[in-house]
Amino acid sequence: MTHQPVLVRGASLLGEQTADVLLVDGVIAELGTARVDAPSDARVVEADGLVLLPGLVDLHTHLREPGREDAETVRTGSAAAARGGYTAVLAMANTSPVTDTAEAAERVHSLGRAAGIVDVQPVGAVTKGLRGEELAELGLMARSRAGVRVFSDDGKCVADARVMRRALEYVKAFGGVVSQHAQEPTLAGATACCHEGELSGRLGLPGWPGVAEEVIVARDVMLARHTGSRVHVAHASTAGTVEVLRWAKSLGIQVTAEVTPHHLLLTTDLLGGYDPTFKVNPPLRPAEDVEALRDALADGTIDAVATDHAPHARHDKEHAFVDAAFGMLGLETALGVVATVMVESGRMGWGDVARVMSTRPAEIAGLAGRGDQGHGRPVAVGEPANLTLVDPAASVVVDRDDSASLSRNNPWHGRTLSAAVRATFLRGTPTVLDGQLVEIGATTEGSLT
Amino acid sequence: MKKHLLSSDDLTADDMATLFATAAEMHDVQRREVKKLPALRGRTIINLFFEDSTRTRSSFEIAGKWLSADTINITGKGSSASKGESLRDTVLTIASMGVDAVVMRHGASGAAQQVSQWIDAAVVNAGDGTHEHPTQALLDAYALSRHFGEGDRLGSLEGRHVVLVGDLTHSRVFRSNVITLTRLGARVTVVAPPTLMPAGIASWSSSAGFATSYDLDEVLPTADAVMMLRVQKERMSGGFFPTSREYTVGYGLTRDRLRVLGPEVPICHPGPMNRGLEIAADAADAAQSLILEQVSAGVAVRMSVLYHLLAGEGTA
Repeated sequence: MTHQPVLVRGASLLGEQTADVLLVDGVIAELGTARVDAPSDARVVEADGLVLLPGLVDLHTHLREPGREDAETVRTGSAAAARGGYTAVLAMANTSPVTDTAEAAERVHSLGRAAGIVDVQPVGAVTKGLRGEELAELGLMARSRAGVRVFSDDGKCVADARVMRRALEYVKAFGGVVSQHAQEPTLAGATACCHEGELSGRLGLPGWPGVAEEVIVARDVMLARHTGSRVHVAHASTAGTVEVLRWAKSLGIQVTAEVTPHHLLLTTDLLGGYDPTFKVNPPLRPAEDVEALRDALADGTIDAVATDHAPHARHDKEHAFVDAAFGMLGLETALGVVATVMVESGRMGWGDVARVMSTRPAEIAGLAGRGDQGHGRPVAVGEPANLTLVDPAASVVVDRDDSASLSRNNPWHGRTLSAAVRATFLRGTPTVLDGQLVEIGATTEGSLT
Repeated sequence: MKKHLLSSDDLTADDMATLFATAAEMHDVQRREVKKLPALRGRTIINLFFEDSTRTRSSFEIAGKWLSADTINITGKGSSASKGESLRDTVLTIASMGVDAVVMRHGASGAAQQVSQWIDAAVVNAGDGTHEHPTQALLDAYALSRHFGEGDRLGSLEGRHVVLVGDLTHSRVFRSNVITLTRLGARVTVVAPPTLMPAGIASWSSSAGFATSYDLDEVLPTADAVMMLRVQKERMSGGFFPTSREYTVGYGLTRDRLRVLGPEVPICHPGPMNRGLEIAADAADAAQSLILEQVSAGVAVRMSVLYHLLAGEGTA
């Protein structure tokens, strides 16, 4: 299939030198600091003052399909992702039914291909039904057309050390990684919903102590060392976790970690009004944890930013706080949060943003080395044209109703965030232009496998 | 006063004084043959109890009836909430029936506050999870004020040392009481084993102006009043203390401690009591026990609260 060529004129590559970038047939065909002539049939995107990044990759997205299509579908979630600058997302396994078989993984994968807006790579469950007892069909999922490489029981912790050990050992056969939702269940009880501290004590909300995350991270890095396997820490949320990661990495243990935008900016104080919009798992933490996470992201101790985009139908949040669903939206606002917290403050440049939101997530997920279908690749001639164009000078007041998601549980509503995604290109085809979705039909091309 | 009573923090010391003054008048109604005031005639109050309660629901119901309001009880069991309806939909349905106030008991902390954002009627928090129970704290303070007063005149709590003992972590009564009692000038010490102290209590107590202790025997001799809190066995899934015997030895108001306390120091308990666990029968039934007075004070205080929230000008 041929594409209409696109010439991105005058963009700043990763915030540094300015260049014209010609996208032809899904790859970067030309890249010149001098003026590049556009083919006669090319669409020209004027990018003066805009920053061109490799397309963002989200390690942690909940798409809710199958099972809760009223909250999100693969298509609407993909659209939200594209608006957020993403070209690939990893769809978590806690759907209904759970993605714990090759067939289930292929279904999600094919729904993503049919939508054709971003590459949707299913995450496979570690254990059958997320029950934490028996391994799911990890190998069959890996060998399926979906080519699953990341496995997670996210939403639940693989609490049994022996099961976790077996999972780590098993995925070595196909270069997989286990992404752990670190929450020791006997320390953070079944109803835990608020960071354990003075506020939880005052509000009478069941506490979720940071140590419940840290003991699992500590255990898992030791298991990763023992098995020689890779473990990934989903949504790290505490300063203690950062300490464990720093120590483990200093020993050469194969551990990677992600942090969410909301854990980089929001604090537990927001729970004072019992607003379930801010109920998330792990919970929002105090400012000292937030500060440690920012430092860790800047210095590479934490590898990636991942959204934990968790759409919920309105009625699932309209319960008493302890009964309301966990989670918040994140795909459309993640870049804005990172720009606000990390770039505007001078902690990171746009090259660092590319590292933590594209390059490293793609490497962790095994999406970086798949020829012209790859993600998180350098912005260079011959590389796949999965790209994101960002206006670094923009200032956006978030409006929850301006969203491609089916859900509205947006914690950023009314806040001003820096920067804005102007365009997203999936294999050279614009999925977003001028900040708006480009209507594209179903397509059968674009498989990752 | 604010439109709702969700937390003891909603009330200033002046508000509390006003409520107590009215409660004292309402208290007299209980001695009358015809216990009825016309103050809330034509008003409708829903007692919306998602969690079992006998004394609080009855107390609010009697308070409403004695003020001539139409009071309706709805319990959680069998309600649409138990059939999976969201809390918002449930209360919007009820509020749409034209009620003036919703008195709400819910097993989840913050539920009353959330509901107050969804409906126009006044919301009274009649206990929300392990968060607060503001009318219980008001009635406790009112009962103590009556105890420390002379005749019908209420006494001051200024400088009085009130000791709260027991399962602080799970106690909404404790949370409302520390706010209410400190606001009224009392010196408050809370006593519990470390496992039953809420998270972060060290910083909380220093900012809120109350003291903490693990040692009841050290604190007890200086108490001007003791408030024993129920050990909430139904919430005790985590092994908060080794055995009932050990708890009683460490933190129960035993016969020996009753002697240390002396006969002048009033004993409170919000009920229901675990006799023999946190409070010995001798202490519960002692002459200085205010436990039954707390119950009767509860009706008067709740009449006062409903009156101040609902009575418009000229309706008194």
